[in-house]
Amino acid sequence: MTRDKYRRPAPAPAGSRLTTSAMIASLAGPDQRTRPAPFGHALAELARERTDIVGVTADLAKYTDLHIFAQAHPERFFQMGMAEQVMISAAAGLAREGFTPFATTYAVFASRRAYDFIAMAIAEENLDVKVVCALPGLTTGYGPSHQATEDIAIFRGMPNLTIIDPCDAHEIEQAVPAIAAHRGPVYMRLLRGNVPLCLDEYGYRFELGKAQLIRDGQDALIVSSGFMTMRALEAAEALRADKLEVGVLHVPTIKPLDEAAILREAGRTGRMVIVAENHSIVGGLGEAVAGLLMRSDVRPAAFRQIALPDMFLDAGALPTLHDRYGISTEAMTRRVRDWLGERAAAAT
Amino acid sequence: MAGPQPGLPASGQDEQTPPDGAGPPGGAGHNVPLHERAYRIRRNALRMGEVQGQGYIAQALGVADVLAVSYFHAMRYRPEEPEWEGRDRFLLSIGHYAIALYAALIEAGILPEDEIETYGTDDSRLPMSGMASYTPGMEITGGSLGQGLGIAVGMCLGLKCKRSGSFVYCLFSDGECDEGSVWEAAMSAGSWKLDNLVGIVDVNNMQADGPSTAVLNFEPLGAKFEAFGWHVERVDGNDLEALVAAFDRARRLAEPKPRIVICDTRMGKGVPFLEARERNHFLRVEPEEWSRAREALDAGRLA
Ligand SMILES: Cc1ncc(C[n+]2csc(CCOP(=O)(O)OP(=O)(O)O)c2C)c(N)n1
Ligand SMILES: [Mg+2]
Repeated sequence: MTRDKYRRPAPAPAGSRLTTSAMIASLAGPDQRTRPAPFGHALAELARERTDIVGVTADLAKYTDLHIFAQAHPERFFQMGMAEQVMISAAAGLAREGFTPFATTYAVFASRRAYDFIAMAIAEENLDVKVVCALPGLTTGYGPSHQATEDIAIFRGMPNLTIIDPCDAHEIEQAVPAIAAHRGPVYMRLLRGNVPLCLDEYGYRFELGKAQLIRDGQDALIVSSGFMTMRALEAAEALRADKLEVGVLHVPTIKPLDEAAILREAGRTGRMVIVAENHSIVGGLGEAVAGLLMRSDVRPAAFRQIALPDMFLDAGALPTLHDRYGISTEAMTRRVRDWLGERAAAAT
Repeated sequence: MAGPQPGLPASGQDEQTPPDGAGPPGGAGHNVPLHERAYRIRRNALRMGEVQGQGYIAQALGVADVLAVSYFHAMRYRPEEPEWEGRDRFLLSIGHYAIALYAALIEAGILPEDEIETYGTDDSRLPMSGMASYTPGMEITGGSLGQGLGIAVGMCLGLKCKRSGSFVYCLFSDGECDEGSVWEAAMSAGSWKLDNLVGIVDVNNMQADGPSTAVLNFEPLGAKFEAFGWHVERVDGNDLEALVAAFDRARRLAEPKPRIVICDTRMGKGVPFLEARERNHFLRVEPEEWSRAREALDAGRLA
């Protein structure tokens, strides 16, 4: 083996560079409205009446906001140690005894390490376990060991499993009681720490299984999930300056997909459909929507994807990486503008 | 091969004498005493920690003595040729301890000192979580914890197939012992009688959610490894003499068994006000505290 096995040469010395750990506890930008630990607070609150709710974690209570629940209900909190597989098996056991476990870890470790345990001990039996995972997609700069760029691709193949990807603190708070009320296993992608607030401004209410049009526009429709909806709304606003009207359809439930809403919105004539997701271009919301449209003979004016490339991503500061891989608001705005510009040019 | 092979070559003791040009000491100056190596590793780690302002600083200070003995007493390697076939392999299973290993690799002359300022910054070769594809001297990509020891098993088998006398050192943590995969690997190594494997556990009694002993009872750790067929050494991981003796016994042991050196360490070691911090898995050090930290470290430096 030679040196060119390394990804990059030794860097030239430079002044200040962005650091990886700077945004470790929050995805929020400096001026953004946020709310702390929405999942932990919502679960602790719900558990006051739902005495069947228990919390289990694999040495990541503090890093998934489950510590808030643990402080409020210590007798219903089980620290399983850094052992994701037994945490999932034990959650299955608790569910068999009538409890409703919320099991937390990072998305990489649930999807990659504990997959078989979730599939066989939980999903095949359709047990009421809610697997709630921080650091979905590209929400840490630590590199591939912590970047769950393919968690949805992995979990979409699992029968019985409901998958949700909430956008902000407002939606997480509403999703917690909704997934607790749902019968069957759920995988929820979690934003932790100081979580941005956005959808409250639109009078939005989360409904499990429902996609919702947050904003309308005749030139293009962005179909998005997770925090990419927040960015899609920002991009749509920015594109008004270019006299482009871009709609945003928020799809927090990745599985089962709200087919009716997607077909209705994507089927409107003359609009480009762009699916935007914090996930690999392989196997996520984009491919799910594409497959649905093809199966249903619905042909939008054009179809594009904003997603992470099919590769192990770099380590670095989050803003740098979001820009590099095209999921920052600015990168997204540029691409949508270019795509719409190309189409307009081709049409004349 | 099916099942343990008594026919696998044992690690020959006479092969352990470093051939010409091989082995420690690496970086600046020969005959540098181990306590000075440990001091410089800590100093490098503090400088990297300051770049981020936070991070796995307490771990690096705690494990510095273990790394000093590994890189400047026990292991054979060529600083200018990190992939030299005859080297002992050092696997960092705990990717977040990269700051500590970079500090040692710099002291060993495997990494240049002027990259310290790039630790965990954009386009650096020194990411916060250690990865083989970024850094010379970083043998594996750790970070998804519980994977290193299994890789070590395979490398030990491979080295035996190649009739190599190299050892594989694998550094993992008390928190990692929660993972089932560690015990699968431990059973495998015992079953294969891998006498070219030296496990090192940093028992700092800390993991992400708090003190390891409170998170999950992993003790008695030595008895567990013994039961899995390992030779066990347990030492104060901040006592250089004790570490040297333990590593020597582990390397020289004639019995065909994997060996483990369980190191009880103190997080933040060498900087008393950091030692005293309680929540130190991911330590935040205020900007004005860094000079105090350096001064405290220098005050403890032996002549
Ligand atoms: C498989 C896996 N699960 C969870 C994590 C998240 N995590 C990172 S460090 C850590 C604590 C591990 O214990 P230890 O190495 O003893 O912690 P330290 O001594 O550094 O405080 C955890 C749970 C991980 N990196 N890998
Ligand atoms: Mg530890």
